[in-house]
Amino acid sequence: MTGAPENQIRNTLENQHLQTAIYTATGRLMSHRRAVVSPEVLPDFQELRTQANLIKKHTIENLDYYLEQFASNVAARGGKVIWARDGAAVVDFLAKLAKEKNVRLIVKAKSMTSEEIELNDRLGRHGLEPVETDLGEYIVQLAHERPYHIVAPALHKTRYEVADLFTERLGVERETEIERQTKIARSVLREKFLSAGIGISGANFLVADSGAIVLVTNEGNARMATTLPRIHVAIAGIEKVIPRAQDLAVFLKLLGRSATGQPLTVYTSFLSGPRRENEIDGPDEFYVVLLDNGRTRLLADRYKRESLYCIRCGACLNHCPVYRKVGGHNYPWVYSGPIGKIITPQYLGVTHDPWLPFASSLCGACEEVCPVKIRIPRLLLKLRSEVVKAKMRDPQSRLERLGFRVWAWVMCRPKLYEMLGAMGSAVFGNGEAWLRRAPGLMNYGPVKAWFSQRDLAPMPARSFRQMWRARRKAAQD
Amino acid sequence: MQKKDDLLSRIRAALGRSVGQPPAPLPPPRLRIPEMSVEARIERFFKNLENLAGKTLLASSLEEARCYVAQLIGEQPAVASNAPLLRECGITDLPTVRSGFACESDLRAACASAAFGITSADYALADTGTLVLFSSPEEARMVSLLPPVHVAVVPRGRILTGLDELLTEVPLPADRSSSMLFITGPSRTADIEQILVRGVHGPGEIHVIVV
Amino acid sequence: MPRVSVFVTCIVDQMFPKVGMAMVEVLERIGYDVDFPEEQTCCGQPAFNTGYREEARKVARHFLKVFRDAEYIVVPSGSCTSMIAHQYRELFAKEPEWLEATNAIEPRIWEFSKFLLEVAKVEDVGARLERVVTFHDSCHGLRGLGIKEGPRRLLSRVRGLTLREMDAAEECCGFGGTFSVKFPEISGGMARTKIDSILRTGAELVVGIDVSCLLQIRGALSRAGSTIGTMHLAEVLAHR
Repeated sequence: MTGAPENQIRNTLENQHLQTAIYTATGRLMSHRRAVVSPEVLPDFQELRTQANLIKKHTIENLDYYLEQFASNVAARGGKVIWARDGAAVVDFLAKLAKEKNVRLIVKAKSMTSEEIELNDRLGRHGLEPVETDLGEYIVQLAHERPYHIVAPALHKTRYEVADLFTERLGVERETEIERQTKIARSVLREKFLSAGIGISGANFLVADSGAIVLVTNEGNARMATTLPRIHVAIAGIEKVIPRAQDLAVFLKLLGRSATGQPLTVYTSFLSGPRRENEIDGPDEFYVVLLDNGRTRLLADRYKRESLYCIRCGACLNHCPVYRKVGGHNYPWVYSGPIGKIITPQYLGVTHDPWLPFASSLCGACEEVCPVKIRIPRLLLKLRSEVVKAKMRDPQSRLERLGFRVWAWVMCRPKLYEMLGAMGSAVFGNGEAWLRRAPGLMNYGPVKAWFSQRDLAPMPARSFRQMWRARRKAAQD
Repeated sequence: MQKKDDLLSRIRAALGRSVGQPPAPLPPPRLRIPEMSVEARIERFFKNLENLAGKTLLASSLEEARCYVAQLIGEQPAVASNAPLLRECGITDLPTVRSGFACESDLRAACASAAFGITSADYALADTGTLVLFSSPEEARMVSLLPPVHVAVVPRGRILTGLDELLTEVPLPADRSSSMLFITGPSRTADIEQILVRGVHGPGEIHVIVV
Repeated sequence: MPRVSVFVTCIVDQMFPKVGMAMVEVLERIGYDVDFPEEQTCCGQPAFNTGYREEARKVARHFLKVFRDAEYIVVPSGSCTSMIAHQYRELFAKEPEWLEATNAIEPRIWEFSKFLLEVAKVEDVGARLERVVTFHDSCHGLRGLGIKEGPRRLLSRVRGLTLREMDAAEECCGFGGTFSVKFPEISGGMARTKIDSILRTGAELVVGIDVSCLLQIRGALSRAGSTIGTMHLAEVLAHR
């Protein structure tokens, strides 16, 4: 289909090694999840999903209220909220802050929001040195790549590729043992943590009644980044807010389980403001950047607003048969998989990558596992109709539209439908044997596409309705 | 200020809401606390923590806790938090244990070179094998973070059934501290080929003593 | 005799008429008087799923007209049933008259296996088939209509039949309507993953409730040179 990176997708599909890596990794995440959400171990899992959905719906529908509440509580704890329209506003703020505080080295905990605004590159252009500290993020940063997966950024890299990367970028001796590779990263990054002036994190949740941010990691890098540098800046999309600390009882139970199959992720930090008087450590300054970057546009669309419920667990990627084939780098933006398919067109516009919402078999596995019950297939269908409308004048779309018009016209005329069916049977009839290639002149467009992958059933000599009539007649005789 | 108003007014326009409009009624929080005896809580907490490769000890006396720690750390340097419980156990009196830090930079230097960080915990969660630590003059954040091994001592009465009970007991954690931290097992990653490695940035080993 | 109308779907009508005949045979065997309204064509799903809602609406209105007076409508497809039962509401959200017609038809429309179990309340239809089979869960039946155990219960009553579950029974076969020809390579890749899972079971036959999935699966099996066949559940239950 026009616009899809077909060659790149083909490369992924033909790379046996990569195919195995994606399929195994996502398969493992699926089975880990399944083990912790089964009714035997978590009987109220479905109720938790319902509650999470209700809370998200409520919060999104009253978003201004909860953001104001959040901001005033952050201020009451001595923190500062920065309201940012887009990536440029975030970069401006950070560059100014770094200059004022005389900071060059910045440690970063994993944040998809910062990926979304290409923060690292942009800070680099201001002469700053942002260093990713999640092991997977660090690897993709060294490789100058985008994360491959929301929760497993370096899913596509083998230990040997990591070994080469470390040798090349860090000047260390080639090491292919994963445990030792992790040690290398630990010691390089430990130095960075101890000398960085600013720590940047994302936020898994913003808690309105507390003025707090919640961070969830397994490695402890977010704790490091929010404990050691003097300044902590959290960057979060405005949709991340939840009303009450008590709502975490629902969301934390869902997040770890859905993401990696952990009842709770190893570290959960609930941070409200800078260190208080008498507290021994923690940052002296605490900023929360609330980012719009197109979210208010999504918010205005009642129908598709629920896309903003997402808590970035990545479960829909793991369960998506398309993601499991094409991996994370064939999507046009940082958000891949089913959630990427619904939010990318909304952020970038439906004509930006018009093929995207169509690249789904609509199997519904994503919706089935979504912890906040986003109806992803429904939104994909809606986006498809929007693409069709937006691309009306495009020559190829015109042909397709004409095709469907004619088709609909025929389908409302049973006699004509039957006649055309009989003609089809003459072309695609082949006795009992399946067709291996398209007959003669038919090897074109969708027919050709079908035969590129599979055989086709021969069209029978008689349709059902003809058989039905014959049977009727025989019974009457 | 203007940026704030800009963003908020964009949101209100998108939602069709007006300034100061109260929100629709909020669904009540969902908190479920099961009945569970202290013994059952301890058992559950230990089982879950052990599943995550945590080491556990149910100490019948403070002295037993001290012995365990003494044996564990041997001659190696350790940092203990300022929690009174650790002093009561006699852990702070062990020869290689340094404690009583009130200044961030001293603590940082000590933690960066210590082999063990010893803390108490405000609560533990049976359901998930989790330790809950509030940052305070008694508990700094670094002690449980920088050294490669974390040892925590928890009073048995502080073991809650789970997250729901904690958030019922402490509905507004921010009133208490700038940092509430949950620790559920040792630091880990599976970022390279999904192979589990413990001790990436935080401690790779965790010992919990219930007294 | 209780009466049912069958909506055989366009793909069964044109490509797999035997499936429709098998369904009729089973329904008659358990005592129903079967009617086939000859004006029927398609439910409109191909257009709806490709983003052509106006075209889909035209076809959907036609369907609603044809089946307006049917007492029960039985369909040999989870996907088409789900389209009518769930998506018509979406299509006619702004057309009260047709929305009403949709709401009126929704409780009367039944996927074939669900009809047998929940309306006819029959598990054993007296079938016999001496084959080792595996069952493919079609996505729309599984996730849209909650069809999981039902077909298995029906299969368990077929004499001589052995069911061997595949490890990826719930994984999509990759058909997805126009997806299969818009993204043939991804779709083909998904089909090959599916058939790997089928081959591991050692089954001789794949059974399903949607011929569109079976078309994709059988097409990929055939291309791979496998002789494993496919059968719609209705064909299995009609077999004696």
